[in-house]
Amino acid sequence: MKKLRMAIFDFACCEGCQLQIVNMEEGLLDLLDIVEPVEWREAISDQSEEYDLAFVEGSITREEDEQRLKDIRQRARILVALGACAVNGGVNRLKNAPDMDEVRRCVYGNSATMPHLATAPTKAVGEVVKVDFEVRGCPMSRREFTYIVRCLAAATTPVVPTYPVCVECKLRETVCRYEFNEVCLGVVTRAGCNAPCPAGGQWCYGCRGLVDDPNVNGAKDIMDKYGKTVADLRSRMELFNSVEARQCQGQ
Amino acid sequence: MTINVHHVTRIEGHGNIRLQATDGRVEKVLWQVPEAPRFFEAMLRGRSWQDVQTVVSRICGICSFAHSLASIKATEAALGLTVSQQTDQLRQLAFGGEQLESHVLHVGYLVAPDLAGVKSVVPLVSSHPEVVKAVIRAHRLGNEWMELLGGRRTHPVSFRPGGFGKLPTEKELGDLKGRLMNVVQDLKLIAATVTSLAGKLPAFERPTEYVALTSPGCYTFYHGQIGSTDTPDTVAVERFEEIANEHVVAQSTAKWARWHRESYAVGALSRFKLNHAWLHPLATTTARDLGLTPACCNPYMNSVAQVVESVEVVEAALELIDQLLTRGIKAEPLRPVRPKAGTGVGAVEAPRGTLFHRYTYDDHGVCTAANVCIPTNQNHANIQKDFEALLPEVIDEEEPRVRLLFEMLVRAYDPCVSCSSH
Repeated sequence: MKKLRMAIFDFACCEGCQLQIVNMEEGLLDLLDIVEPVEWREAISDQSEEYDLAFVEGSITREEDEQRLKDIRQRARILVALGACAVNGGVNRLKNAPDMDEVRRCVYGNSATMPHLATAPTKAVGEVVKVDFEVRGCPMSRREFTYIVRCLAAATTPVVPTYPVCVECKLRETVCRYEFNEVCLGVVTRAGCNAPCPAGGQWCYGCRGLVDDPNVNGAKDIMDKYGKTVADLRSRMELFNSVEARQCQGQ
Repeated sequence: MTINVHHVTRIEGHGNIRLQATDGRVEKVLWQVPEAPRFFEAMLRGRSWQDVQTVVSRICGICSFAHSLASIKATEAALGLTVSQQTDQLRQLAFGGEQLESHVLHVGYLVAPDLAGVKSVVPLVSSHPEVVKAVIRAHRLGNEWMELLGGRRTHPVSFRPGGFGKLPTEKELGDLKGRLMNVVQDLKLIAATVTSLAGKLPAFERPTEYVALTSPGCYTFYHGQIGSTDTPDTVAVERFEEIANEHVVAQSTAKWARWHRESYAVGALSRFKLNHAWLHPLATTTARDLGLTPACCNPYMNSVAQVVESVEVVEAALELIDQLLTRGIKAEPLRPVRPKAGTGVGAVEAPRGTLFHRYTYDDHGVCTAANVCIPTNQNHANIQKDFEALLPEVIDEEEPRVRLLFEMLVRAYDPCVSCSSH
């Protein structure tokens, strides 16, 4: 099998998803049997003109970055959005406010009008170019990344769960975070991560995005049962799903 | 000579090197940071005290434990929460894992290719298989150590204001101890290899101000006050804005810092210079074998100081585990928190240097203002000053060599550029 020429690019993000690739340790050596990294600024000093498989990490916040992303899209046969920032904007969307000048002043004070500090509302990669596949999560799961790369190398379509994180907590026998009087977003969040956060002693904050058809009534029942309000849920949902959090206003 | 390196490779984030000289005369020498800022201080306004650490952890994928811990310390200070000795020691133990993981990643994957004259770690897999395997094992251990105590290896979930959401068991800590004892051999091999290649590090010296947390009696990463090589006095972390003096410059979306001079340096070399007296025995020996002395003013030696610290955190962790196991791990359920208005600062030594978080909360525990000061912010001006001193020294060398020396200089700082443009 011919190796896929793989490139990895990053925009506004913490580069934690790329780190997960390095964190595969010996598994990364196995992956190198099916892909050949031809451009990956964080790890290697080579560059390339075209790629079979381009991974894009991070969200898009500037005009110049939109241009760079469009250029990458033209060179790439398959483009994959890597991680929450790329898939839906992630926490970076929290900065999206009606007044971007005020956001700039908050950080840069009197220097905020300097041209190099310009910023626009955060966009996901898919709002700028066509995205062929997504690897969700903050950070993305190494297991899911490997699975998706192997599927693409074998020219098959990866299948990602459409059920909520609660299912994975039940399978792991993790005690529900609501039993600790906490608001957990596992009830509406897409599974596939194997629910490490509730198992690690914290609620799910929804970094993989919502399931396709969230059971809103079921979520409301749980809120009622544990004395929580939709406002509690919405505040937490804003972290990684601010668009959906706004939509559930008034529900 | 014109050198334009657009987006330096093998560093975290985006930085450019711009050099121009004619007939031995320097015309331009710039360390540019065009990274897209993300405006975290604006993002935090309106967030609950419970969610702040979840957001700020995302400032950095490589030092997310540092951000989580600094954040939790700041929130605890603001809300008046105290933690048990067990919580304090478990956090310090967890943080050692991040230092090991981050330092081994930097030295083994990002710096070593320069010393071996290759473009990435990939060719080293066949040319130096034993030491690459040692690097992978040490990196894996760092990660699994973090995962055990933080719940995840990136963006931890077990640390909570007031304590832990999930505690490790005594058996798990005992297992970790065994693995830490085994990794010492790998670290010795890594140190010996770096020693054999240390001659490849440029002999460039530029004294500057070196800043780190300091706490007498301990090579500290987690507690202490702000120390500097320019003054014997220490400064409380609550006054960090007065020492960092952050300001905006046209060549960088990340702010710069200055204290007693035009610039200062943070990171492993600064910590070593200020706190070397309290290194554990094997770390002390490792420093001596590597030729690292407290008088060192060579920024390229920061990577060597990271090797010393990799040994240090393992020795410190072994001690911490012994103390924790002697007392036994006690269940300490999180107590309910009654939010109150207040301001708090948290500071830690991230792998790349001193990190500060300040938050202000209203009486519902909602964040109304935040300020985060990143290690690489504090290093950017110092990198620029190093550039200005280095170029005249190497101006007669071949262009590819000059380019490599500048790229290596940037890498030596282990910059977290996207972190600095948070």
